[in-house]
Amino acid sequence: MTSSTKTARRASALGPGLAALCALLALVAFLSVTQGSRSIGLSEVLHALGSLDNDGSINSTVTLELRVPRTLLGILVGAALGVAGAILQGVTRNPLADAGIMGINSGAAAFVVFAITVLGVRGVGVYVWFAFVGAIGATVLVYAIASLGREGATPVKLALAGVAVTAGLGSVTSGIVMTNVDALNELRFWQVGSLAGRYTPILVGVAPFLLVALAASLVFGRALNGLALGEDVARGLGQRVRLTRVAAFGVVAVLAGAATAACGPIVFVGLVVPHMARFICGPDYRWILPYSMLLAPIVLLLADVLGRLVSGPDELQVGVVLGVLGAPTFIGLVRYARLSEV
Amino acid sequence: MVAALFVITMMVGSFRLSAGEVIGSVLHLRDDPSVDFVVRDLRLPTALSALTVGLALGASGTIFQQLLRNPLASPDFVGITSGAGLAAVTGIVLFQVSGMVVSGLALGGAITAALLMYVLAWRDGVSGYRFILIGIGIAVFFDGLLGYMLTRAQLFEARQAMHWLTGSVGQASTGERQLLMYALLLLLPTAVLLQRQLRTLELGDDTARALGSRTELSRAGLLAVAVTLVALAVSAAGPILFVALVAGPIANRLLGPATGGIVAAALAGAALLLTADLVAVHLMPTALPTGVVTGAVGAPYLLWLLATTNRQGAGG
Repeated sequence: MTSSTKTARRASALGPGLAALCALLALVAFLSVTQGSRSIGLSEVLHALGSLDNDGSINSTVTLELRVPRTLLGILVGAALGVAGAILQGVTRNPLADAGIMGINSGAAAFVVFAITVLGVRGVGVYVWFAFVGAIGATVLVYAIASLGREGATPVKLALAGVAVTAGLGSVTSGIVMTNVDALNELRFWQVGSLAGRYTPILVGVAPFLLVALAASLVFGRALNGLALGEDVARGLGQRVRLTRVAAFGVVAVLAGAATAACGPIVFVGLVVPHMARFICGPDYRWILPYSMLLAPIVLLLADVLGRLVSGPDELQVGVVLGVLGAPTFIGLVRYARLSEV
Repeated sequence: MVAALFVITMMVGSFRLSAGEVIGSVLHLRDDPSVDFVVRDLRLPTALSALTVGLALGASGTIFQQLLRNPLASPDFVGITSGAGLAAVTGIVLFQVSGMVVSGLALGGAITAALLMYVLAWRDGVSGYRFILIGIGIAVFFDGLLGYMLTRAQLFEARQAMHWLTGSVGQASTGERQLLMYALLLLLPTAVLLQRQLRTLELGDDTARALGSRTELSRAGLLAVAVTLVALAVSAAGPILFVALVAGPIANRLLGPATGGIVAAALAGAALLLTADLVAVHLMPTALPTGVVTGAVGAPYLLWLLATTNRQGAGG
């Protein structure tokens, strides 16, 4: 079989694959709405959704006020983190890149701690905006630093600038946390990352940002394919490398910033899902991006539902489930997949 | 430069000394009981810890980065530090242990993580990319468990755990320090000998094989050196982040790539950690653990280097 027919066959299978993933996502979303410490039947869910007003019964309250917002948030945040990770890995050409390394988590955490200690703010609803500003600010800073010097923001410089900013901000944050018990107590729960306790106001707050940025992110496929060949080749093909990088970083800042602000730093999804997508589609970013966008929320919601079901009365944070169950799964994949390099 | 920092660290403090007094006392050239006490009993241990831990972290970090051809592939990112952290924090939270036991646990955790990674990534040899992905998986796995531990802990134990996780050169005991020193004396030369192999490895596996390097063997040897060093460093001083990651790039940007390699990176690590220790203990309103300051000291410096050097840093 020649490579061109292989590619054609692969491409023809990838379209239906996307549809299958959509169906899978719908199924997981359904699980996420119906399963939990209180099991709610399909008819009751439909009833609550159909009338869209709370008829006062506990089930309808749980459905409308807790489960549905949580599920929608999981879908949006998962998709955002997955795509952001894929774009970053493409731009920096580094399989270890994710939003955490680009200073996004540390920027958000630093601002949350600042809000707690200096302004005396309490409550997740208010943290969100501080975290969002911090995340965007850190990303802008990383990009600005990396683009100083002669060649502009090369992948290596981006990675190092991201690491340096992360470490600097992390130092400040842990310095404060060390000396302030209140801040430690708030931060250790924010830091694990969770979909719990983040309800409708937060969802409504971040949704517009996420939806716009998700739509924008899908145009980067071709540009990232060009960058993957190396910058000189991409330039030779007539690409505007610098413009691509700036635009991609802008989109990533909004996606990962809003997601992290809403749910805390959720690990794994942004880093690992793009690799899973790459196992399925090979190195073509025009496929990797939509696949990451669908795979990531499936993984995130599954982990969230499991965390709700596993441990009885209080639930496991989604970050913990992702680490304990997701990581071994991923390792298994890596062992048996044919790898295409970033 | 490192030597100067080493001496300065011992000069400052609530009891100021001159460089001459410090050097004289360390080398037993003079006899002044009060100076001797301050220098040999109070300050020398911490300074030595900073020096040895810094050397170990710097060398280990740069070996990882060169082996895996990735500037982000420091031991912190590929699960080894996470393994150490999880083992130690589990001990602190579940069994309320402290001191040497925590260090032992950390050492065990680091080595377990490294072995796991090697075994899992092995498939007709270890390719760099596969190794990195497995490392990510292991790091995430341990960090997930670690996060769980921290949320399940009492606040007091959570504080203790956070303190250990930040890392501090002051917490190393004499035994740990001696072990680390012997390890350095033995392993740094080994690493330098293996460096010629590294150079060929950087050309890619096939080229290296063609040039007659026994790729898998030298890679395993280098990894063993790097893992041992980082495991000992972490068990002595806690997982001080960032030093291992930036020592290599800093050395590269200062001296140009392909000069001192491992030794240069080790020295850069030591310089960074000695400075961080100075700042943490003397310039802060309250003495903080070293790990809090390494980022604050190293980050601006690395950023400045990034902004001012026009050379393409060969960080990986």
